Amino acid sequence: MNVKLLNISKLTIFSVFVATSLMIGCNGDNANVEDQIEDSVATGNNPDEFNKAKQVIYGIPSPIETAMLMKRAGAKYNQEYLNPTSNAGNYTTTKSMALNLGVYSTDLSFASMFDQSQASIKYLATTKKLADDLGILNAIDKTIITRMETNINNRDSLMEIISETFMNSNSFLKENDRAEIAAIILAGGWLEGLYVGCKVAQNTASNKELIERIADQRLSLNTLISLMSEYNTDPNIQAVLPDMEKLKVVFDKIQTSSSKMEVVEKDGKSIISSKSEVKVTTEVFNEICKTATEIRSNIIK
Amino acid sequence: MRKILILSVIVLMIAALPNVADAQCKNFAKKICKLELLPYVHDGIYNATVLSEGETAELYKTFYSGQEYRITICGDENLPPIQFQVLDAERNVLYDNKKHQYAKSFDFKLESSKQLIISLQVQTSDELSDQILSGCVSVLVGFMNIENSFKQD
Repeated sequence: MNVKLLNISKLTIFSVFVATSLMIGCNGDNANVEDQIEDSVATGNNPDEFNKAKQVIYGIPSPIETAMLMKRAGAKYNQEYLNPTSNAGNYTTTKSMALNLGVYSTDLSFASMFDQSQASIKYLATTKKLADDLGILNAIDKTIITRMETNINNRDSLMEIISETFMNSNSFLKENDRAEIAAIILAGGWLEGLYVGCKVAQNTASNKELIERIADQRLSLNTLISLMSEYNTDPNIQAVLPDMEKLKVVFDKIQTSSSKMEVVEKDGKSIISSKSEVKVTTEVFNEICKTATEIRSNIIK
Repeated sequence: MRKILILSVIVLMIAALPNVADAQCKNFAKKICKLELLPYVHDGIYNATVLSEGETAELYKTFYSGQEYRITICGDENLPPIQFQVLDAERNVLYDNKKHQYAKSFDFKLESSKQLIISLQVQTSDELSDQILSGCVSVLVGFMNIENSFKQD
């Protein structure tokens, strides 16, 4: 009996040890209290300490932001540029489902941004299906389609619903240790925005702003590659990352120069001012669009 | 056997604590911080983490020319103030909320598209205590809907 009790006692100690280790492992930053006090005193909130961030977050443009940027740059809605919802049944692997959830999220944002009510509902139903297939449906409000139908003529409300849905899916994945899937969804959404931007620019006479916006995507692509590289041991990331790096090789052909940034106040608003020159030749622009189209074709097939 | 079962449940509950904290952090970001973004539209990206006094986090993000943005930082009410700086790629400070009474938000637009770094740090408490305060900190980005946006000169 004593032996049994001793075993339980050992088990208790072991359990507490394991649990504590798990907690420390999950947070990854819990030094002991004394160390933290010493560290805090030593740092004294010195601005230099901003160089040693505990956590680095890579912000990729969300599908909503991408659609907004393209519309602002003069893009027009064309259903033919979007991935048909009938393709949704073709996606059976985690990688293809995640990529196309991103693709359809951007298409949904485009449709909503351009007041395409019926298309918005169709794309929402499709994103919901893929979210279900990926096991993240619980993150999505079950009444979302009803809410969307109720607000179909109110673009601000629609954008709010899409933003909320994207936020819930994104956070659900991160909380459930599936952040690499969230990264793949973002990659799919970003690429769809680039592809649609290219299609619109190629079919629009006055496309200077659109081309500038597409050239700007070199900045987001760098961030996207940094984000994906965080999970480079994941097989799905390993399968997607080379395509992004291939695009980067083309984007790197864009020549840029920039002056120092400064903040100026104008009419009560802060403007981050700097002179920047970005040279995109027709050849480089066409190569970006050709590469994006090839990668996208493989994703949506 | 029953004791082992109870112990296992306790261990699992303790191990699940970080997820509970994450879920609370998400609710905090969604229910409290998102309101600070209004009337800007949230970009839909959730950036929230649990930080302790003195700890820092950084957000790397591309901001596009002509678009009006709002960055909102908020933390649990038990935390000391949160300092945030907007830095360029060379880490030159463009904005520091410490100079603005730890303002929670910064509204701005850019003349040309740039990658910026949003660097935030939970300040250390003035009170002497053995306990290190920690809590949820969230950084959200919103942009102005086109129709509501002011024109670029």
